[in-house]
Amino acid sequence: MSKKYDTPLLDELEKGPWPSFVKEIKKAAKKSERAADELGQVEKSYKTKRGYWKHGGIVGVLGYGSGVIGRYSSLPEEFPGVAHFHTVRINQPSGWFYTTKALREMCDMWDKYGSGLTNMHGSTGDMILLGTNTESLEPIFAEFSSRGWDLGGSGSAMRTPSCCVGPGRCEWANIDTLDINYALTQEFQDELHRPSFAYKFKIKTAGCAVDCIAAIARADLSIIGTWKGDIKIDQAEVKNYAKNGMDINAEIVDMCPTGCMSYDGKKLKIEDEDCNRCMHCIAKMTKALRPGDERGATLLIGSKAPIVVGAMLSWVVVPFIKLEPPYQELKDLIRKILEWWDENGKARERIGEVIEHKGMRSFLEYVGLPPVPQMIKEPRRDPFFFWAEKDLK
Amino acid sequence: MSLPQRKTDIGPPHYKQFLPPVIQKNYGQWKYHEVLDPGTMVHVAESGDKIYTVRVASPRLLSTDTIREISDIADKYCEGYLRFTSRNNIEFLVSDKSKVEPLKKELKDKGYTVGGIGPRVSNVVHTQGWIHCHSACTDASGLVKAMMDELYDYFTTKELPNKVRLAVACCVNMCGAVHCSDIAIVAVHRKVPTIDHGRLANVCEIPTTIASCPTHAISPDPAKKSVKINPDRCMYCGNCFTVCPPIDIHDPENDGVAIVVGGKVGSLRSNPKFSKLAIPFFYNEPPRWPKVVAAVKNILETYARHAKQHERVGEWIERIGWEKFFKLTGIEFTFQHIDDFKFARETFRTAATFKW
Ligand code: HEM
Ligand code: HEM
Ligand code: SF4
Ligand code: SF4
Ligand code: SF4
Ligand code: SF4
Repeated sequence: MSKKYDTPLLDELEKGPWPSFVKEIKKAAKKSERAADELGQVEKSYKTKRGYWKHGGIVGVLGYGSGVIGRYSSLPEEFPGVAHFHTVRINQPSGWFYTTKALREMCDMWDKYGSGLTNMHGSTGDMILLGTNTESLEPIFAEFSSRGWDLGGSGSAMRTPSCCVGPGRCEWANIDTLDINYALTQEFQDELHRPSFAYKFKIKTAGCAVDCIAAIARADLSIIGTWKGDIKIDQAEVKNYAKNGMDINAEIVDMCPTGCMSYDGKKLKIEDEDCNRCMHCIAKMTKALRPGDERGATLLIGSKAPIVVGAMLSWVVVPFIKLEPPYQELKDLIRKILEWWDENGKARERIGEVIEHKGMRSFLEYVGLPPVPQMIKEPRRDPFFFWAEKDLK
Repeated sequence: MSLPQRKTDIGPPHYKQFLPPVIQKNYGQWKYHEVLDPGTMVHVAESGDKIYTVRVASPRLLSTDTIREISDIADKYCEGYLRFTSRNNIEFLVSDKSKVEPLKKELKDKGYTVGGIGPRVSNVVHTQGWIHCHSACTDASGLVKAMMDELYDYFTTKELPNKVRLAVACCVNMCGAVHCSDIAIVAVHRKVPTIDHGRLANVCEIPTTIASCPTHAISPDPAKKSVKINPDRCMYCGNCFTVCPPIDIHDPENDGVAIVVGGKVGSLRSNPKFSKLAIPFFYNEPPRWPKVVAAVKNILETYARHAKQHERVGEWIERIGWEKFFKLTGIEFTFQHIDDFKFARETFRTAATFKW
């Protein structure tokens, strides 16, 4: 296809060493009228400093409420190729591992029905196919699903769960993040595809406190791997780090947040009872230190970005849970959590917000979790606490 | 041509089929890893097996042609296996050590950017911007491109005291993890939305529109069969616009971006932290947002000069104090820095122990 628009402003973003999204749109525009008009519309945005997308209307595939986000240009006459430019969310494989065969198949299908543009990946985790029209949605779904791919979540539904690379390629994983992620995705297919919640619900699983998936900041249910028991020390490797120039006192011992480490130039000691498992020392002396043997996860709940009442980080609700297939206890707990949210949440209220106004007690009692000190940073400062009838004896 | 038989609720393909054989064999049995250079790391299993990872940046928005090209490369060097990271990098997974250097050479020859591992800047998590979202009040891909052209060396070669996570969100919804990043850009509106009263009556449900406002700034305007907005209460979040399109919050003259700093998600040393406001506003200056880029670079380099080894941006600022942060960076302190939203009092100083 020949060039359709002059794009002097976007052309500027082809210069410089960092990979250019403009080059990507132009590559796609060689084959796709849609991508060509996308380029034209974005150039216009660069000129006028505003976007030209209308609100997503309701579009989707038969039997699903999720997985497709409607997108329409507000300038359909000027840019007919993006009059419809819907997003298709394809549920990614755990940990974003692919074979090239699978990727090529995906590309062929998408060239056939879409703009040839993708996000690998969206911040929810899905493989995002960017730009198709309403008539193509059923064929796309038929092609993808017949080859083993399914749509992800969107709207007021469970969102596509995602996880860190975990035991696939990380020595710090305390839990099998990939398997947990897969198991939960399968378990909640209905909740993922048929919106029936008050709002979105995200689950993210990280293998350790490094949290490469940002679970603590971005997931209504944050699953973070941890351990019980003593950190394992290989003193010979400690010596090697010292020999290779690491200042163990300055870089490790003094930076330990709990002050539970000591090093006398020969031996590294840890008072494990005082360690809060922050991962600093293990991450910096990856050959010498390893987590203890009893592995599991901490469950935290409620994080979200600022809209509407301000950002939240997730709160600890289960300090330690063993996570082994088939993860029944976890699945049951999630169902309980969803049930409580369903009963108490208003439209567009995330679970963290509901806990804030209903109180943590209501939540904990319903899902059957006892109060423990690990749930708080400090006890309350005010004397205005509530008593239930059953507390008064 | 007839379509294949569709299937529903099958979920994603099982990840196992996409794992390279060496990972299948050593799954969960990794012993340690080493960062060999800014773009390469090796993971060593208990069995002694090794897998090399070569990481390259991607602009997140990828054409199918580029995906085919990286697939060709992965066929040549990685037996057809690769993965993407949660920060939109591409990782080539190499089981055969002798292929690592040739792979890196081919990647560099083809113009790919190798790096992002270890104490440096990794790929920038960002949102859709003008490319694809109705809420956007800036572009995200363009900001990232302009910023990373400038910070390129911090991805490919230069070291920092610790990792620095950059992020960009094109509105306060923050689809990327901006609210917990070391240095992040978030687009903001600055004016109360305008209302097209004629259209509103036909298009919007008035109670839903009123309920959408988190600060109760919207009330009925029965005379116009519409709503009105109390400007003293509106904090320009755009929620009403999402619910009711005739309320328009876009304002090319007054929209722009803020810079927030000091957030993190990992628990290493100190607990996860929210990002806090460093600079309240810049005008949108496409295509290259030079002032925003310069401001990010200034913060990054001030951190690089002053932080101790292993300190994240937020840890460094907490150690020296915010008053010192403003002094060292030369950033002007304004009314916008003093919180006046919900939990403002938590952020006021309650001791006379500040620094000059
Ligand atoms: C009023 C509230 C919100 C609205 C109207 C909204 C709307 C949207 C829309 C329309 C998209 C799809 C964009 C597209 O693919 O074309 C999207 C994506 C997304 N949203 Fe939101 N959103 C809201 C709040 C949030 C919040 C609070 C978070 C985070 C906690 C969030 C996280 C995300 C993520 C991660 C994506 C995926 C972005 C991507 O694909 O890269 N959203 N949102
Ligand atoms: C799958 C892609 C990723 C991989 C393979 C990865 C790998 C790693 C590794 C190995 C470390 C520890 C390195 C060290 O300390 O020596 C690390 C740290 C970190 N990662 Fe990632 N990461 C990924 C994605 C992400 C994402 C998406 C985020 C955030 C959104 C993130 C945030 C962090 C943070 C904050 C740290 C440092 C924690 C701290 O020092 O506080 N990572 N990552
Ligand atoms: S969160 Fe922990 S286990 Fe998962 S990839 Fe990151 S460092 Fe490894
Ligand atoms: S994990 Fe953290 S708290 Fe525990 S010993 Fe290491 S540095 Fe200290
Ligand atoms: S941050 Fe805002 S404008 Fe950007 S993609 Fe998310 S909702 Fe859209
Ligand atoms: S922009 Fe936000 S605060 Fe202002 S009226 Fe709309 S919903 Fe309310």
